[in-house]
Amino acid sequence: MRSRTTTALATLAALATLTGAAQAEIRLGASVSATGPAAFLGDPEAKTIEMMVEQINASGGINGEEIALTLYDDGGDPNKARTFATRLVEDDEVVAIIGGSTTGTTMSILSVAEAEGIPFISLAGAISIIDPVREYVFKTPHTDRMACEKIFADMAAQDITRIGMISGTDGFGASMQAQCKEVAGAQGIEILADETYGPQDADMTPQLTRIRNTEGVQAVLNPGFGQGPAIVTRNVAQLGFEIPLYQSHGVASDAFIELAGAEAAEGVRLPGTALLIADLLAEDDPQYQVVTDYTAAYREAYGTATSTFGGYAHDAVALIVDAVTRAGSTDPDDIRDALETTEGLVGTTGTYTFSAEDHLGLDLSAFRMLEIRDGGWSAVD
Amino acid sequence: MTRRMKWIQLGVLAALIVLLPLLFPSGYYYRVGALIFVNALSVVGLVILIGYAGQISLGHAGFAGIGAYACALAPEHLGLHPGLAVLLGAGISGVMALLIGRPILRLKGYYLAVATLGFGILVSMVLTNERALTGGPDGMVVADPGLRDLLRDLGLRLSGGELWYGVSGLVLLVGAWIALNLLDSPTGRAMRALHGSEVAAATVGIDVAAQKLRAFVISAVYASVAGSLLALQNQYVTPDVAGFLHSVEMVTMAVLGGVGSVLGATLGAAILTLLPQVLTVFAEYEQLVLGAVMIGVMIFLPQGLLPSIARRLRGTSE
Amino acid sequence: MDALLQFVFSGLTVGAVYALVALGFTIIYNASDVVNFAQGEFVMLGGMITVFTFEAGLPLPLAALAAILLTAALGVALNKLAIEPARGAPVVSLIIITIGASILIRGASQLIFDKQLHRFPAFSGDDPIRVLGATILPQSLWVIVGAVAVFVALWLFFTRTLTGRAVLATANNRTAAQLVGINTAWVMTLSFGLSAAIGALAGVLVTPITLVSYDVGVALALKGFAAAMLGGMGNPKGALVGGLLLGLLEAMTAGYLSSQYKDAVAFLVILGVLFVMPQGIFGHKSTERV
Repeated sequence: MRSRTTTALATLAALATLTGAAQAEIRLGASVSATGPAAFLGDPEAKTIEMMVEQINASGGINGEEIALTLYDDGGDPNKARTFATRLVEDDEVVAIIGGSTTGTTMSILSVAEAEGIPFISLAGAISIIDPVREYVFKTPHTDRMACEKIFADMAAQDITRIGMISGTDGFGASMQAQCKEVAGAQGIEILADETYGPQDADMTPQLTRIRNTEGVQAVLNPGFGQGPAIVTRNVAQLGFEIPLYQSHGVASDAFIELAGAEAAEGVRLPGTALLIADLLAEDDPQYQVVTDYTAAYREAYGTATSTFGGYAHDAVALIVDAVTRAGSTDPDDIRDALETTEGLVGTTGTYTFSAEDHLGLDLSAFRMLEIRDGGWSAVD
Repeated sequence: MTRRMKWIQLGVLAALIVLLPLLFPSGYYYRVGALIFVNALSVVGLVILIGYAGQISLGHAGFAGIGAYACALAPEHLGLHPGLAVLLGAGISGVMALLIGRPILRLKGYYLAVATLGFGILVSMVLTNERALTGGPDGMVVADPGLRDLLRDLGLRLSGGELWYGVSGLVLLVGAWIALNLLDSPTGRAMRALHGSEVAAATVGIDVAAQKLRAFVISAVYASVAGSLLALQNQYVTPDVAGFLHSVEMVTMAVLGGVGSVLGATLGAAILTLLPQVLTVFAEYEQLVLGAVMIGVMIFLPQGLLPSIARRLRGTSE
Repeated sequence: MDALLQFVFSGLTVGAVYALVALGFTIIYNASDVVNFAQGEFVMLGGMITVFTFEAGLPLPLAALAAILLTAALGVALNKLAIEPARGAPVVSLIIITIGASILIRGASQLIFDKQLHRFPAFSGDDPIRVLGATILPQSLWVIVGAVAVFVALWLFFTRTLTGRAVLATANNRTAAQLVGINTAWVMTLSFGLSAAIGALAGVLVTPITLVSYDVGVALALKGFAAAMLGGMGNPKGALVGGLLLGLLEAMTAGYLSSQYKDAVAFLVILGVLFVMPQGIFGHKSTERV
């Protein structure tokens, strides 16, 4: 019995090394949260990375060299993320890392990447990842601050100045809540009510009743992801709110409309990327090609629609492919240098231009204000 | 437990810690080793609580959270050296365990489980909600204690992984030594009497409440130090460290390995830490396998892995 | 005033969800002294199986029935494959087994179904019912009625039926129960099947409100467990009252104090109650046999 287990383990280990080191040349590492509480983010990310690497290898690789991908699932646990980052660097000897679906896992991978000098592209939102700028760390998603600014600008355009907020206490919601409170004043927005809910809560009518009973509230903003925003949207409809509801980019996927119900979600506004309105884009839109190609490929490979988060991973892979191509080398430092000089790379999230001072390289225009109309997305501006 | 057994257990542990690196093909293995030792440390604490004193806790991650955040917060706000922050965290955890232990430990079985669970959830809730102080669910950076630089100045060049492998191994060894001495003392014998029957223990003159409380406080300090070590080597900490799942993980490690022994604790910690690393190719199946392992071990080796294996070995050698 | 009523409605809705989960714990606990930590997974399965069979084209009532029957079968299998072989193991081993089972079921669901959130339509539409300026959804009434109905059924089962008393007798003293001719193996099978069915029923009722995904079980089991302990484990009355109390506490805290610490207040009250009444509100005082 014991010897059989040992043999099984040995086979398993052998298998792991085999798949990890398939004789190709460019070793790319990834650690995302494909399972666990952040699977909502990590699942489409993992699928996107695997799909793109396959595509690239099928079309001859980069500079004639194939990509060998090692992808780990950290389950959203920062401790595991750090272990996998160490493993990617020390054991799998990758030349670049993509990953960190959440801010917590990103920060854990980040210190390993910095210490070992491996370029790392994060898929998480917090501004603290790239501010202050770290030599080897880049990121593809907009910051939460940018989402807040986009929303507040849209509110201001409609003369909304006093709002109530209801935020999830998960990492995504809490981070955006804090960022929004920081920038609200500068944009002339006053937050009169500030409520929260747990990520697994079933009913938010008490919090929403408090917001409704707060004198002068003109709109409600709900930073969060997962089931929370869907339940908030349904509760807002249940309570018969007559003021507009704003959601965050955290819910930007077709599934949200389905979960909240088209009726309840009607009129909800949120900042999203071109990805969500792929079929509405004009053909001369700079993002038209990349967005249509990606959404079509993803649907063909997995049979479901992708999400904004899958788009973050798409852009990270695209950035690395571009950098390796231009560097003409697989040395981590060369890739890093090439990444930093990325210019005008069109992704699904926006157009990236990195510099020594800016490792995000997106501006506010990458966000588009969307509104849910008749059970589908439409662009406001 | 004979005195000989104590030194055998410590000897085996020390030999493992020193000799394993000879087999390490890369620096990543030091990281996994360090994680195993840190987990084993908190599990040794639980062995004292569950194995010796027969009390259950589903909230010990709360103490790990206190230890971890002490290392993150004290250097920043009190200017304390991270090394001293470990002691501060252990002190706070100990006092906290003393305060809540007194009323909580009157409860039995599942009622004790839910009370400890409540404590753990309260700690993780405070860590999650007090964003201004703790950084909220995103977590916060932990300052480097400067141990590596210190050793380098002394002429010893170590990588981060090697350093924390050594530190965690050493702390585990000390923790195991203390636990084994305790077991061998009158206090340990009194505690083990509780495990058999509290009523019986009371009738032979053992202060049941005091012994339970002692085990609770000691195990809290172990969990706290383990949390601190984790925070220091990760250089980052999030409220997950205090979460319910972490509490369950600790208890599972203790029970899988064999709740009565220090080596069993290490074995349990090793298995649960290694499992996700071994299963990366089949990450989708990780939970499936973990669940099956837990059920299988409990059915076929109800005393835990180590005691059951030891018994079988003894049975075959005779 | 309408605010208070809204908080009460919210509290009753959420509380009924907790109560339904808590009620599922009682039968297994009464039969075997095991708190089944996989109970939350039964709730999840009730929701997930209904979603997938419904999307496959089955009418909703049939889909729900299929979910309840399949989950009950799984409950029986859990008993046969994992609990029965470990008979005589200490309580902490049984806890680990049920936690292991919950991880196993979760892992399997993630493979068999998917990792997305799902929902199926509410039974009686989504038009809120207005009462004195407050609103409640028809589905909430379904959940509340469901919780009360299960409670009544369980109460009758344990006090009025021979089988129910056999379950209690088995928990009390397995050997004695066998001596008076009770088939204890059958009692165990029955209680796991029934508990799983109640869990699945809970999943069917709450999914239109809470939504469902493969990992909702942990949080539900946690709250249901807390509610059951608050009321007194093993007593259906305790499960119902504990669940509703917990839900109302959370809603009132969120409404009047702070939504951030509503779960904290709930657990503080549980701790407080246990200090005064170590066996929960309706629990029985038990003494240790030496």
